[in-house]
Amino acid sequence: METITSDIAIIGAGGAGLRAAIALAQADPRLRIALISKVYPMRSHTCAAEGGAAGVIKGDDSLEQHFNDTVGGGDWLCDQDAVDYLVQEAPKELLQLEHWGCPWSRELDGSVAVRPFGGMKIQRTWFAADKTGFHLLHTLFQTSLQFSSIERYDEYYATDLLVDEGRCCGLTAIEMRSGQMRQFRARAVIIAGGGAGRMFPFTTNGAIKTGDGMALAYRAGVPLKDMEFVQYHPTGLPSTGTLLTEACRGEGGVLLNKHGRRFLQDYGMGPETPIGKPVLKTMELGPRDRLSQAFWHEQKKGNMVTTQWGDAMLLDMRHLGEQKINERLPLVRDMSISYMGVDPVRDPVPVRPVVHYMMGGIHTDIRAATPLAGLYAAGECACVSINGANRLGSNSLTELLVFGRRAALSAMEYLASDPGRGNSQAIDAQAEAARARVRALFQKSGGESIAGLRKEMMHTLEQHAGIYRSGEGLSEACATLAALRRRYANIELHDKTNVYNTDLLQALELGSMLDCAEAVAVSALERRESRGAHQRLDFTERDDARYLKHSLASFQGAAAPRVDYSDVVITKSQPGVRDYSGGHA
Amino acid sequence: MSERTVELEVLRYNPETDGEPHFQRYSVTCREEWVVLDALNHIKETVDPTLSYRWSCHMAVCGSCGMMIDGEPKLACKTFLRDYPGVIRVEPLAHFPVERDLVTVIDDFIAKLTRVKPYLIPKEEKPVAAGEYRQTPAQLKRYKQFTLCINCMLCYAACPEYGIIPKFLGPAAISLAHRWNQDSRDGGRAQRQEEIAATEGVWECSFTGACSEVCPEHVDPAAALQQVKIKSTVDWYLAHTMPWLNK
Repeated sequence: METITSDIAIIGAGGAGLRAAIALAQADPRLRIALISKVYPMRSHTCAAEGGAAGVIKGDDSLEQHFNDTVGGGDWLCDQDAVDYLVQEAPKELLQLEHWGCPWSRELDGSVAVRPFGGMKIQRTWFAADKTGFHLLHTLFQTSLQFSSIERYDEYYATDLLVDEGRCCGLTAIEMRSGQMRQFRARAVIIAGGGAGRMFPFTTNGAIKTGDGMALAYRAGVPLKDMEFVQYHPTGLPSTGTLLTEACRGEGGVLLNKHGRRFLQDYGMGPETPIGKPVLKTMELGPRDRLSQAFWHEQKKGNMVTTQWGDAMLLDMRHLGEQKINERLPLVRDMSISYMGVDPVRDPVPVRPVVHYMMGGIHTDIRAATPLAGLYAAGECACVSINGANRLGSNSLTELLVFGRRAALSAMEYLASDPGRGNSQAIDAQAEAARARVRALFQKSGGESIAGLRKEMMHTLEQHAGIYRSGEGLSEACATLAALRRRYANIELHDKTNVYNTDLLQALELGSMLDCAEAVAVSALERRESRGAHQRLDFTERDDARYLKHSLASFQGAAAPRVDYSDVVITKSQPGVRDYSGGHA
Repeated sequence: MSERTVELEVLRYNPETDGEPHFQRYSVTCREEWVVLDALNHIKETVDPTLSYRWSCHMAVCGSCGMMIDGEPKLACKTFLRDYPGVIRVEPLAHFPVERDLVTVIDDFIAKLTRVKPYLIPKEEKPVAAGEYRQTPAQLKRYKQFTLCINCMLCYAACPEYGIIPKFLGPAAISLAHRWNQDSRDGGRAQRQEEIAATEGVWECSFTGACSEVCPEHVDPAAALQQVKIKSTVDWYLAHTMPWLNK
């Protein structure tokens, strides 16, 4: 097997992976960096983030307020030391992006502009029209091209971590172009593999968001933390799930039921604010979990409009006018017209909640280090945790920059301790075993279909692990997912060739998703309370006495994961009431 | 909801098993609002798992799913079946080597993009702690449209010159170089000029404008190329008629 040796290997070349790679290359040009991704960097899903990135920059704002919004928004499940680090580093990272040429939208005087965002009390969301993630990704990618020490391995699918003597020593990956397995030896590994929204049938996430990075760490013994917290973004197009950014509401768009009522006022987010004059942290600028839950209740009451794709609410932006929509929300207009046949300048756009983001992920500490020596994680695949039970919009782009860089710095500190490269023969044997496991897929003839199992998994999660959950439903989901994992052993490939074999790729991705899905369902079943994005119909209240804790799901092979709990780091903000009424302080 | 049966004729090529590329015909029941990508996904899920193509975002921003649809370079996620009444022919992007089925090799573009130094070469050094470079909305507007390139390669597939002269830097790489040259924070034009003013740089462009016509993001690479040509010409005259200006 061909072996590629570097100092640090990074899995994933989206925002977090690229930020880490650049930080390493700048800090020490002698470091050999292998940047490995199953897609070309500019295809990474960071490109689909629209609204912006939060960071305190204006005179009316403070780090303390960003901290408070984030911790309250996360229903006090955030680790407060991590949030402190995030809000401190945020402005520096966003300015660094500015210095690398990111085309941030501007004020007339040339300073960076900010916009309002859900759950944020002060305007602090930097934006590049409504393609912020796209610009951030391309700025990072193009900037990375100046560093020859970053060796890219585009379209390599990572299959296994290599671990010896309790240290992560590399990984194996399939070169898609040849279908051959390669061994990457490294003294430290950073996972930046993104989220897992594709476990659900209706998601804003691109096809590549299959939880591969999470599954890699999980199978290597690193717990997945807080996996029960799955964010529904309230405003997706019902036809395709395409995201219409929160900035629609930040700019003044309002949500209506079929009677034309701004129904959020009936769910603790009133009183109604004047049309075209959005008030921060209330009504349409409430947090995503609350808005999605309000939709669920209105739907139960029969107050939603009916479309051929199911029930929807209406996002009305007409009062913003054509000029503002074109300037601030050009992508939103384009998508609405293309995929729904509705021009937001002329008509309200039907929207409904859609799976968007995994708050949970690979368990890391505030240094982006996992419990496995030599392994680090950052971005959506990681849970550090700054998002707690509900992420505020525009914190995730900031997170991937801040903790992408942090992972790089921590990995370098680790290298300075001279960890060695492990026992070469033992690692070779692991790599061979990984290759054998993949080759064995080609021999199977069990008859289970990849698309079929995937569909059942998606259906199970949508039905039982959605906006509202129950013990009964989650028990059923756990049983179904356990059965699907057993049946996965009998999947059959139809494509037995090597070059760019997407049948094989989808089989491996399905394996990742099934493992992550089981962690979601089991963690959700065990959390007998309602907090943030995890709402139980049978345990409707937040229960700080028992569950002001992070869940940690540990992989147990063919059996269901074991769930343990760890304390939440609370430094200065005691759990309180999340108040998004217009009367809040 | 309305459905119709659509015939797709898809180019298949597996270097391990096929001597030559060939077309395969699929008949699929499609919903009215589907794009070509939806039809391909439907085929892959229910008819033929061996069909290979790239895709991810389904919202025309990741740039993965560029392909020839009835002979024109298009993003499959934004090309609606309803606009094609007959059999729809789907092929890999023109002018690129085919890796497998609809998957092309784009190494050439990545190498060219790297050569044009597509990153900020600051006009004046300023520490991050000193805050942002000021840039007015008007200054932003000068280069903004050229930042919108999603690297989907449709312009290369449309470009007649690139088809004939593979060394030509091509529309996207030149537009992106121009994007940085036009940025008020940047001072790197002279460094990029070596690549883009070379024979295989802008001068190969014969200005058919095909690149701008096919761009799904409404970038105007043809305009970038012409602006670069004019600036390069001015450079040449200044260098030859007023050599004392050279430092």
